[in-house]
This record gives sequence, C-alpha cells and structure tokens, in this order.
Amino acid sequence: MSNLLTGAEMVVRALQDQGVETIFGYPGGAVLPIYDALFHQKHIKHVLVRHEQGAAHAAEGYARSSGKAGVLLVTSGPGATNAITGLTDALMDSIPLVCITGQVPTHLIGSDAFQECDTVGITRHCTKHNYLVRHVDDLARVLHEAFYVAQNGRPGPVVIDIPKDVQFAVGAYFGPHKVEHKTYKPRLEGDPDKIAQAVEMMAAAKRPIFYTGGGVINSGVEASHLLRELVGLTGFPITSTLMGLGSYPASGEKWLGMLGMHGTFEANNAMHDCDLMVAVGARFDDRITGRLDAFSPGSKKIHVDIDPSSINKNVKIDLGIIGDCAHVLRKMVELWRARRHVASAEPLAKWWAQIDQWRARKSLSYKASKEVIKPQFAVQRLYELTKARDVYITTEVGQHQMWAAQHYHFEEPNRWMTSGGLGTMGYGLPAAIGAQLAHPDALVVDIAGEASILMNIQELSTAAQYRLPVKVFILNNEYMGMVRQWQELLHDGRYSESYSEALPDFVKLAEAYGAHGIRCSDPAQLDAAILEMIDTPRTVIFDCIVDKTENCLPMIPSGKAHNEMILPDHDAEIGSVIDAPGKMLV
Amino acid sequence: MNAPAAPLSPYSSALGKSNIEVHTLSVLVDNEPGVLARVVGLFSGRGYNIESLTVAEVAHAEHLSRITIVTTGTPEAIEQIGHQLERLVPVHKVTDLTLRGGAVERELAMIKVAGKGPERQEALRLADAFRARVVDASIESFVFELTGNVGKIDQFIELMRPIGLVEVSRTGVAAISRGPNPIG
Ligand SMILES: Cc1ncc(C[n+]2csc(CCOP(=O)(O)OP(=O)(O)O)c2C)c(N)n1
Ligand SMILES: [Mg+2]
Repeated sequence: MSNLLTGAEMVVRALQDQGVETIFGYPGGAVLPIYDALFHQKHIKHVLVRHEQGAAHAAEGYARSSGKAGVLLVTSGPGATNAITGLTDALMDSIPLVCITGQVPTHLIGSDAFQECDTVGITRHCTKHNYLVRHVDDLARVLHEAFYVAQNGRPGPVVIDIPKDVQFAVGAYFGPHKVEHKTYKPRLEGDPDKIAQAVEMMAAAKRPIFYTGGGVINSGVEASHLLRELVGLTGFPITSTLMGLGSYPASGEKWLGMLGMHGTFEANNAMHDCDLMVAVGARFDDRITGRLDAFSPGSKKIHVDIDPSSINKNVKIDLGIIGDCAHVLRKMVELWRARRHVASAEPLAKWWAQIDQWRARKSLSYKASKEVIKPQFAVQRLYELTKARDVYITTEVGQHQMWAAQHYHFEEPNRWMTSGGLGTMGYGLPAAIGAQLAHPDALVVDIAGEASILMNIQELSTAAQYRLPVKVFILNNEYMGMVRQWQELLHDGRYSESYSEALPDFVKLAEAYGAHGIRCSDPAQLDAAILEMIDTPRTVIFDCIVDKTENCLPMIPSGKAHNEMILPDHDAEIGSVIDAPGKMLV
Repeated sequence: MNAPAAPLSPYSSALGKSNIEVHTLSVLVDNEPGVLARVVGLFSGRGYNIESLTVAEVAHAEHLSRITIVTTGTPEAIEQIGHQLERLVPVHKVTDLTLRGGAVERELAMIKVAGKGPERQEALRLADAFRARVVDASIESFVFELTGNVGKIDQFIELMRPIGLVEVSRTGVAAISRGPNPIG
C-alpha cells in the first residue's frame, strides 16, 4: 500500500504536505533515520546550522519574515537542550515554530540512556504544546496537528519528540486535510456588539490613541493594511511596541514612534494623557507600561487580542474583544464607514496640538560629533543608505537594539526581527540567516553589539556554507552597553564585568570565516564604508567603532511612570534618578 | 505621619490585592500523558495556589478526565487562572463552579485512630454522629471512612485528634453542578 511509510519518511512527507521548503537542523544518533529520509528527496532544503540554538533563531527569522511556520530538526539530549533558548524566545514573541527532536528508543526511555533527556518535560514550559510520539500510527496526526497548533490562535513553538524506534517503524500516513483538532479552536471573530461599542467609544473620544503590538504582524499583512485604513479614517495617533514596528509606516503622519522604556516622549505622554486607548495585539508588558499604578490613569481601555488571557492580565480593561486582529479591524473599519463617523474634529485637533508640543522636545536627539561615530548616527546612516532597498533588519539585544528600533524606520510589516519578550543576545545573526533564506535577493542586516554577536558567532560558518550575503553591522562600544548604562543608573558607575575584554579582531574573524570584514571609526568615512558593505555580495562583518559611553535615551527609568522620562537633554547625573523600589526591578 | 504604603512593586498588578477568595474550578481535559503535569506546572510556574486537586477519567471512550481544583486568589487572579488553563491545548473546558454557584462539593477521607477503652467508645460515638463508616478495625485501632464537605472532614479530624488520631488520607474535593444540566 502506498501510504505505508516509516516514521522517518512520514516526517519528511508531512513537511512537504505542509508546504515547508526550508528546515534548520543538526544531526545526531537519535535523528539519523530522518536525516536518511531527507537524503532521498529534493523538495525540502535542509540548512545545517552550527548550534541548535542557531537553528531555532534561524527558524524564527524565517517565520517572522515570511509569515510561515519555521521548522527545526535536532537530535535527542544536548540537541534538544540547546534548542531551549530559541523555543522560549519563540514562545515569548508568539512565533510559530515546529521543532522535531529525536529521542532514545521507547524501550530505553526512563533508563538514563545515552543522550536521553526528558524533552517533553523540559519543554513543557517553553512551548505552546508538545508531543512524545510513542506509536508510529499517531505520527501523521501529530505532525499535522503540530503545524495547526503552532500557526493558529496565538502562534507559538510546538515540539514533537520522536523515539528512534518510531522513526524506523512502518505505519499508515495520511495528509493534512484529515486533521481537525478536538479541543483547540481559537476564536477569530470578535463579538459584534462589543466591536460596535468600541466604535462608539472611538467616535466619542477626545484624546484617543492606538497602541499596537506584534499581534497585528502575526495576524498577517492584511491586518496591517486594515490598521492603516482605520488610522486614516479616524485620524487618531498611533504608537507601537518593539514587536509591532512596521505594521503602521514610520513615515505615516499619525505615527508617534515606539512607546515604552525607550520609546519617544510623545508616544509615552500620549499614552499617559489619553482618554481612550485602543490596544490591538499588544500585551501591556512591563517594558510598555512602566509603573502600573500610574499607567494611563485617565483613560478607558479597549483591548483586542486573540488570547483571552492577555486581557485584564496586567491592566484593567474596560472593553475586551477576543478575536483575530484582522477580523476585528475589518469590522471596525466597516462600522466606522457605515455609520459615517467623523472623529470629533475640534478636540482631536487640540489633542494633536498637544502631541506636537511633545514632539517638539525631539526626544530621540543626541549630541552629534565629528570625532567619534555616535551609535545613533550609525543607525541613521545605515537607514538612509539602505531604505530604498528590499531590506530586512534583525538585531541582537542591548543598546544597539533600542537604537535600531528608534532610528531605523519601517514601512512594512515582517521587516523587523528582534527578540522582544526574552531579550536573547545571540538572536540576530541566526535570525538574519533565516530571513535571508526566506528572501534570497533581499538585503538582510543584523544590527549587533560586539558582546551579543559572540554568542552565536559560529553561525558565520552557516552563512558561508550557503553563501548567504547577510551583513552583520556591529555597533562596537567595547561594553555590554545596556548593562553599563544600568550600572551607571543603579550602581554608581561600578562597571562590574561589563567591559568587553579581549575582543577578537572582527575584520580578521570575518576573513577566517570566508566573509568580508570592514572597520570604520571615522564619521566622515562612514557612508562610504556602509556602501561598501551593501555592495559586497558576500557575508560582511562591519566593525563600527562607536562612542563607548553613549547612553540609550530617552528612557522611562524602572519603576517610573510614562510621564517621568529621562530625556537626552537631562543635565543632572542619571545615577540619582531611580529610587530604591525601582532598583529591584529588571 | 502616616505615609501611604508603598506598593509591593511598581510593576506588580494594580488590580485588587486584598480580597482573596476560594474557588473550585472544574477542568475537562483529554486523558493523555502529561496533561496533569501541564495543569500543575501552570500553577507552579505562574505562582498560583492549589488547595486541593483531584483527577480521574470520567468518560473512557472519549478519553476525558475531569480535574477539580480548589484554588485561592483575588477574583482577577482566578479569572486569569481560568484563561491560562484554557490556553492548554488538551483542555476542553474550564468552569468556575464557585462563580456559577450551586455546585455540590464532596471529599472522601480515611482517618486512622488508635486507642483503648473509653477512647474507643468515644471515637465510635463521634463517628456515628458524623456518619463515618468503619472500614477497618483492630483491637487498638479503627479506620473511618468519611464523605462530606471539607469543613465537615476538618471538624471530624479535629475531634479525633485528642482521642488518638494516627494519620489521615484525603482525596481532595470532587465537585459537580446541581440540576439537570452538565457542567460541560
Ligand atoms: C543571553 C543573554 N545574556 C545576558 C543578557 C543581559 N544583557 C542584556 S543587554 C547586554 C549587553 C549587550 O552588549 P552588546 O551586545 O555589546 O550590546 P550594547 O548594549 O553594547 O549595544 C546583556 C549582557 C541577555 N539579554 N541575554
Ligand atoms: Mg556593546
């Protein structure tokens, strides 16, 4: 019978049937049968990473930039444990991943066999769902179900742990159409009465604001278009979280910039003073809200989210609408049009006048220099010289990440990949590799820090093997800059272990990996050097030597409210800003 | 002067902190390996309380189990627990029986009491008053089986303590809604 396959063959067939073209992985004893099945086919491209954490982040970059699920394949034991950080990262940022792990044969499970670990036990807390498949007859269903669960509702990572004997066993395979999940049926359409109520509240608002997040991007390109339409119709100001950048264009006139700890003065003050907050696909986390008891005290709050547990989790919501962002936004647009609403023009004009005053503070400004490259300047030049291209940006974690979010401007969704929830140093390079594989002809740049990049530097070898022309643009301040900044804020400038000692020569390092290395420390040379990077059709490491002690501002110090920001023109010592309870926070 | 008390943490929830309630949640789940670990792990991972937990298969053909959890928290926290449970893929339905009202809750306990002479008589007399059954007896001990709500069992155990309470084994609370309709 033609639908009898080995477990290993089923894995490969199911990936094909799910439309998967590229997977990221690393072989080992417990997945050899699957690697053998891959050997016999041409449909699925396997990308060999150099560390399983890299596989997970590459799959995330692939997923986030393409809107599809990312897939990784790793062996049992250390293969699985190495992938944990990436799985957790995907859980926090709601990225759809399917992770296939090998496991020791079923009869050895529980015996502390070589390279055995309790993969489903360990990953239970860092996946949306996981499976241990003990019988080959369950495998086809589980494989398809995993894709369903990863991609539907609030997306997330799913692990399928397959013992080696199950990979060899023969069973019946069937395709994805036969799988319907018994229990997991997330609600997509928002409650029409609540949507109508929301639209009435919006029509009556005097100081409204849209606060949007990664959920809009996860909902698909359509959601971003609808958001733009709704903003256009209402004329309301809009801000977004780190994860939501690009869903509304940064060049749009209603755009206030990012909000939160390193958000703009105008975005944070507008959040604080608004009378109606329309939160769409955002989750009110602590980087966004700052001090909770002072968070937007005078506003009514509408919250649209596909995950009911996000509503009322941190902040009391007046009107919660459970549903997919695109569905709810479409209904809002339709209703707003049908009722011929016009936003109350006069109060809205006053509100915008107030916002313009906040804007005039120019909270993203910094002191320019002719001697050293200011990191903000480096990102601005990178933006100006690359914006006309088909470009995807990833980052590592630290000050450079925030400067990238502040000074690189996104016009479209899925163009910006960063580790928001978990804040994983080492994310950016593998994520760039994933994005480059999804978009072979695009320009993909990892805006990096010199410390973060060393956390997954081995992936340069992956980039070399597949001739991926990713660009690693390191803002080299010789410090774990974000740590240094917090030590300046909280610990009287005692820079304990935050100096990047014994750095490699990044230009030579590039060459060692067969990539091209560029170093620049002169602001006058910067444009030429960036153009050289862009025009090099190979992997490039750009060692951009920047001001070592620049702080990332503006900033809501930990434990403070939205209207208590430190601005770039702050002249006192920043070491005295945070009080004792604030010091306890992260 | 009395300065206003500082909040626990500026990031901790501004939602109500004081009014702690006890709720009984009925959770219908697929009876598959690991499902209990998922539920229990959710409670420990997110810092929720479990006062009591019972689980058993309730529909063999459909592979369904019912987990009954007694938990404590503010109304907001308990609402959040319900939503978090619903996020678990093998969970079919979560019902807050306390919110719905009118549920029957029962627990079974087995209570071992040792003693001689008049203490034995007293133990038997109290057991009779509580409608506890003797399920094991020796010359110097009894094991009583008692079913009832949590308060009744607590009270019986307290009465047995001075008489010669040896140990107790309790099932935790099982609960079901009153009337003709299912919990779901
Ligand atoms: C895996 C991991 N370990 C530790 C941290 C804590 N951390 C946050 S930012 C940072 C410093 C990053 O330094 P660098 O990459 O040079 O970036 P910069 O802040 O200097 O731009 C550290 C150590 C983290 N986010 N991730
Ligand atoms: Mg640095």
